[in-house]
Amino acid sequence: MIGRELEVTLSRGEVLALLGPNGSGKTTLLKTLLGLIAPLEGFALIDDKPLSAYTAAARARRIAYVPQVHVPTFAFTVESIVLMGRTAHGNLFSAPSSADRAAASEALARFGITALSARPYTMLSGGERQLVLLARALAQEPQYIVLDEPTANLDFGNQGKVMRELRALAAAGHGVLFTTHDPNHALRAADRAFLMREGKCLAEGPVRDVLTRPQLEALYGAPVETLTDPATGATAFLPG
Amino acid sequence: MTRSALPGLGIATAFIVVGLITAFTVGRYPVSLAELIDVLGAHLSGRPSAAPPAVENVIFLVRGPRVVAAVLIGAALAVAGTAFQGLFRNPLVSPDILGASSGAALGAVLGIFFSLGVVGIESFAFLGGIAAVAAVYCVGSLLRARDPVLVLVLTGVVIGALLGAGVGLVKYLADPYNQLPAMTFWLLGSLASTTASDLVPLAGPVLLGSAVLVALRWRMNVMSLPEEEARALGVSTGPLRIAIVAAATLVTSASVATSGIIGWVGLVVPHLARALVGPDFPRLLPTAALLGGGYLLFIDTLARVAAPVEIPLGILTAVIGTPFFIWLLAGMQRTWS
Repeated sequence: MIGRELEVTLSRGEVLALLGPNGSGKTTLLKTLLGLIAPLEGFALIDDKPLSAYTAAARARRIAYVPQVHVPTFAFTVESIVLMGRTAHGNLFSAPSSADRAAASEALARFGITALSARPYTMLSGGERQLVLLARALAQEPQYIVLDEPTANLDFGNQGKVMRELRALAAAGHGVLFTTHDPNHALRAADRAFLMREGKCLAEGPVRDVLTRPQLEALYGAPVETLTDPATGATAFLPG
Repeated sequence: MTRSALPGLGIATAFIVVGLITAFTVGRYPVSLAELIDVLGAHLSGRPSAAPPAVENVIFLVRGPRVVAAVLIGAALAVAGTAFQGLFRNPLVSPDILGASSGAALGAVLGIFFSLGVVGIESFAFLGGIAAVAAVYCVGSLLRARDPVLVLVLTGVVIGALLGAGVGLVKYLADPYNQLPAMTFWLLGSLASTTASDLVPLAGPVLLGSAVLVALRWRMNVMSLPEEEARALGVSTGPLRIAIVAAATLVTSASVATSGIIGWVGLVVPHLARALVGPDFPRLLPTAALLGGGYLLFIDTLARVAAPVEIPLGILTAVIGTPFFIWLLAGMQRTWS
């Protein structure tokens, strides 16, 4: 049993970061919000309508899911992977239309990876794969995008790049929810943060209010150090 | 999709055309290419042929049904293997992973045991294959698990072993002079006794199942992604998985019922097809069908002419398939993983 008395709201145009120690129920909450598992109690709503009232395709046209970067079994080209994002826009038997192909190439262009489109996805670097998965989510034309640890396994530069892309997606009107193990990413990219421990909400609100040293120490049960840049006043956290 | 599928499809088409010509011309009664073209042309245009009647008999009555059966069965096994490898996200899967072949084998040996006719044995084999997969699917669905695909495969392996024990029992109880050789021969696979009347019960299910798989080709791309990812992309994975398994089982069972057990085709040919055109199902399925049909044509021609007696197909596909598969494993990073 995880997830008692949780209430999460995500609005379009904002970035929400979901933080919590391993086993706190982040993934379960994420999958419930995606409609992949049914809530044990309570409900998940999009536009005031329960998630279970949507068909799989109708749900996918509203929420896109960006899984953790993985290596699929088969070496699909980048273009094929992004075209799969158009699945919910066609029927069971339909081939991608010219509109689908246009949406896919637009999404590739949006992340500056048009040059990769003929490459096998399996041969890309982790950072490139993450951008391809983001492009696929965008090609899905959803209102909300849910990302599972989008910065895991990425190098420092690519972490920053992905965070900037999340902000840009929100600026374009998407509601963005992501999980992360790094409070600094939440601080930098998110508007609000949702802290979860043992299936319960520890704190929720604007990142500046929620991401404080005492809150993080309570969240992870470990000492935390705060660094402040005297010039800009920006803060960052280090595990103590 | 910048890389064109045309060269790969061209190679696959050339392969099956050469296979067809070889299968029709080579054998104990050699037919020249000119005679073949003359007889086929005459048949199509309705004019009388210049070739001796014996040539016409060889082409239409002796080799014709066998060639059509080889093409249909090779294509069917390759398409089913392609579908299963995608569905189970595992390139080492073959069409009999869910017990279709073991079920058909048990059905066939029971048919032989009860001294049913050819039609009875083939019906038993066909229904046995479908019943086995249905049983695997029901048991697999009853076990609630996080990874339904893995549970399905493991259930298939377990029930396949049980069916194998059933085959062993029936063979043990069978009459060792009449029934046991027939069972052994059936289990090794052959097209030697294929006649024109076998083609309708074979072609019907094979074409129907293949049509379903081809119609679902774009969805099958998504089904080869991890379960939750496919669902988040808007695919109802449960019903779609049943449709794909049912279609692949239909073609596999009909094939095995006609020819007996022919392994390796459904495992090796999908790899070849992926090496030619990549993993995209819309182009992979036709390529696999052409290659599979051509491959079994060559194997069957070899089975006819390589030795004074017919060599069982299952033995030839294994002898050719094993080294080939080891070669594939050596270079596997290129085509998958």
